[in-house]
Amino acid sequence: MNLSISPDIVPIFREGIFFGLLIVTVLGALISTLAKRMTRAILGLVVCFIGIAGIYFFLNSHFVALMQLLIYVGAVAITICFAIMLAQPDEVKMAAKTPALAGPFAILLGGAVTWVLASTAMKATWMVPALKENEGTVKQVGESLLTTYSMVFELVSIVLLLAILGALVIARCGRDKIEC
Amino acid sequence: MLTLSTQLNTYLFIGAMLFGFGIFGLVRRPSLIGMLIAAELVLCGASVNFMAFNRFLAPDPTVGQIITLFIMAIAAAEAAIVMSIIIAVYRNYKSIETEDLADLQG
Repeated sequence: MNLSISPDIVPIFREGIFFGLLIVTVLGALISTLAKRMTRAILGLVVCFIGIAGIYFFLNSHFVALMQLLIYVGAVAITICFAIMLAQPDEVKMAAKTPALAGPFAILLGGAVTWVLASTAMKATWMVPALKENEGTVKQVGESLLTTYSMVFELVSIVLLLAILGALVIARCGRDKIEC
Repeated sequence: MLTLSTQLNTYLFIGAMLFGFGIFGLVRRPSLIGMLIAAELVLCGASVNFMAFNRFLAPDPTVGQIITLFIMAIAAAEAAIVMSIIIAVYRNYKSIETEDLADLQG
């Protein structure tokens, strides 16, 4: 029995999966910007992040795709979930109070930004490099993270520490009746 | 049609689209949490752009991946700080709508 897949099918499968990922990303972005309820908006954001992780797989960087799932879906989305739970946004009242011009103006502005960026990118002629220094594997990413970019790496850890401390300080105001 | 995933323009277009969705949400949303969600979309659009240039045009394809990782770290720090600001604002104003956060008339 011959189980090998014919080579003509493979690109069709690949492009089908890629097209599906594009649709998932755009749908997620639409839900996260249009949903009335914040809980649904955050779920749309998660769907969009998962689609972007798939796009990163197509861009040959599996490590960044996994980090996208871990950090964005696992940490950032959960943080926003906590913000929703702690602040209890009143979505129904909010939707009624939105200014009438906000919707059309937002569509105009978002469309204009997309159109300008996309058309500039399409018109430009990009120079393809003559040779690649390396393949960009996980090993090479780790090596340059700890050699060339070690200073930035350490600075990012300081930024994260300061963000945690700052978040604690800001969120503490008003608790236990302390003055800030 | 069968070369969609091997073209730079596809990725640049999806990055621009995510950025546009982010701007759209930032203008449209009446609450701080909605604006935070839209800001995450803007950061994701920038990351997709970096990764696309990294894959197709960079002589050293580790640079874009590392910059994307740094963008992720900055996004996580930003989300934590914005969450604490939202909580502090909610304690003082009992609301997170941008319309209510005004002390002056007008």
